[in-house]
Amino acid sequence: MEFSYEVKDSYAEVKADGRLNMVSAPKLREFVTDVIAGGSNRIVVNLENTAFMDSSGLGALIGCLKAARQAGGDLRIAAVQPQVNMVLKLTSMDKVLTAYPTAEEAFSND
Amino acid sequence: MTRFWTRVVVVLTVLTGLNYIAWRWAASLNWDAWWIALPLVVAETYSLIDVMLFGMTVWKLKIRKEAPQPPHDATVDVFITTYNEDLDMVLTTALAAQKIRHPHSTWILDDGARPELKALCEQHGLGYVTRSEDWTKDLPRHAKAGNLNNALMVTHGEFLLILDADQIPEPDILEKTLGYFNNRRVALVQTPQYFSNVPDSDPLGSQAPLFYGPIQQGKDGWNAAFFCGSNAILRREALMQLGLVGYVKETEKSIRRALAASRAAIKQARKSADVESPLVTEVLDEVEAATREAQEEVDAGRPLSEVTYRVRRRVDAAVQTLVQADVAALQADLEEIAAMELAHVGESGVPVVADDAVQRMSARDWSPLGALESVQAVLDALTVERSNEAQPVMPLATISVTEDMATAMRMHAMGWESVYHHEILAYGLAPEDIATMLTQRLRWAQGTIQVLLRENPLVQKGLKIGQRLMYFATMWTYLSGFAAVIYFAAPIIYLLLGILPVSSLSWDFFIRFIPFMVVNQLLFAVAGRGIPTWRGQQYSLALFPTWIKACTTAARNVWFGRPLGFAVTPKARQSGGPSWSLIRPQIVVSVLLALAAVVGIVRLATGLAEPLGTLVNVVWVVFDLVVMSILVRAVLYKGYEPAAEPANREES
Repeated sequence: MEFSYEVKDSYAEVKADGRLNMVSAPKLREFVTDVIAGGSNRIVVNLENTAFMDSSGLGALIGCLKAARQAGGDLRIAAVQPQVNMVLKLTSMDKVLTAYPTAEEAFSND
Repeated sequence: MTRFWTRVVVVLTVLTGLNYIAWRWAASLNWDAWWIALPLVVAETYSLIDVMLFGMTVWKLKIRKEAPQPPHDATVDVFITTYNEDLDMVLTTALAAQKIRHPHSTWILDDGARPELKALCEQHGLGYVTRSEDWTKDLPRHAKAGNLNNALMVTHGEFLLILDADQIPEPDILEKTLGYFNNRRVALVQTPQYFSNVPDSDPLGSQAPLFYGPIQQGKDGWNAAFFCGSNAILRREALMQLGLVGYVKETEKSIRRALAASRAAIKQARKSADVESPLVTEVLDEVEAATREAQEEVDAGRPLSEVTYRVRRRVDAAVQTLVQADVAALQADLEEIAAMELAHVGESGVPVVADDAVQRMSARDWSPLGALESVQAVLDALTVERSNEAQPVMPLATISVTEDMATAMRMHAMGWESVYHHEILAYGLAPEDIATMLTQRLRWAQGTIQVLLRENPLVQKGLKIGQRLMYFATMWTYLSGFAAVIYFAAPIIYLLLGILPVSSLSWDFFIRFIPFMVVNQLLFAVAGRGIPTWRGQQYSLALFPTWIKACTTAARNVWFGRPLGFAVTPKARQSGGPSWSLIRPQIVVSVLLALAAVVGIVRLATGLAEPLGTLVNVVWVVFDLVVMSILVRAVLYKGYEPAAEPANREES
């Protein structure tokens, strides 16, 4: 699992490449918390290279959403791969998190 | 009567042989030249053991009377195995098989999955079998053994006649052999493999009259006649029993291995810095407890399916707890978000993760435990599904490229009996060029050595001592390549350097050696009852590079998991001119032998060498060269041209 981020005009894009599972989930949470602490509270998690997510990964994602909201911002997800999409649907988390086709589109309406 | 005289000659051979070899070890070694003296005496001892095993084989030579009437309702599947052979040839064999008189079903087992062949089968009303979808790409295919094992799962005849694609059966092959199965303990009837495209001179040594004759008849006497892959009838029940026993053995082995590895895997997972959450620790505790309990249960002999099922249930429950905790945390987060929310979390409030979603997230493929690969690997191995093979039950042995010998040995170890029926009932096609012939011999030798190294007959439970030695005897003959090198080296060393491995060539030597040699040849003559054995003797020496290569590649394969470099024996003649490069080592040795003879004679003429030693060694060289000369004929052989009169097969 590899994390990286890039600050764009109106948001910070976090990329999580690999498998977002029990081992890597705490790291995502840490990573995003650091990004928020660095001053970006509008976060897009780009999942284009996240092939797999388990319940821990999903929990971490919601934890990150909470942190972003607490900081007065938001967390959005983009470029969701099939397995992750299935997990979101199955747990009805797709009602909470809209999956945007690309990172650019995530905050394009506000 | 033959049997009596055979036994007399066997006794004489053993006596004269032991007399000679004992003297060689005790009183004849030239210790000044130990580096050739010792190898030579070891090689001679090897050869004596070889002859004694042959003597033991023919001691019990069994000449069978006709088989009794077979039960008319015995059901038979005829299997014709093919991979890439010419379709005409396969079809010719299949149509001949269709005409076998006893009621049966004929099946073509096409490992090449060729649509044209399938169409031909439909057109002629033949059964057609290819590998089922269980044989996925990542699983071992096991060549011919895999092909047969696959077909056994989709057919149901009580008996199976197995034919290579080139072996054209006689219509009465079943009538003449099925009756042996009236004895409920008989699992195998093997008939000879005979080749119709071989001239009388047999330049490639294709016919094996000594093996499909006195050797198999002798093994039959010890209830150790082998399965030779084709032209044999097998009892399905015996094969299935083998498959089931093998399944249980392999499953228990892999479960024990997984349990043995589990402690280290769990320890490693715990150490991994990534895993700090107490929940994960709990799951690992649970996995550890479950595997420890499983170990105790396996040791106590509890059924493996129960044990593995319990482990799985326990671990699943723990994983589900973990997932539920993740979901609970997630839910709490969502509620917090909702509480502080200015905007809505969703249109209908905080969503709740359904129970079935939790279950789905806990299943094997999405389980958080998947992150701990070593632990997951252990749990995956704790199954009774034998998921590393295409089918759990593999009736034909897959430990060797000569599955036939390995399978027969396992049958004998389980108490089944075998029969060798000494009558040609199928006519095959032998290789018609030296390249193909060498590939085929290499394959047989490799397979035999694989069996020796994986399931040494000398230590297999269930085999009687005679059976152990009968299997061992065949394996022993394949070690002859190493002895041959020494037999070539010794005269070269004497003629070039004047170094004699024997302390003196005197009366003592000849009085012991010559009687042994004479009786030894007599043994082959008496046991063989006039069949030509010279070609076989030539090839067993002349193909020494093939035998050595077989031993080294098979050992590397068994001990270090290296591939054999195995090739299917092509049935069609390979094109191209004479392939001298294939026998390069033999050419080099022959040139050295001839040069040594010339040098030796020059040394004699100049008084550097003594007459007797030179004479013996020059005779030896001439013998070696005569042996090797067969290879020249083999390389120049242009393939079979039928004589004017039709070959000795029935109209086909």
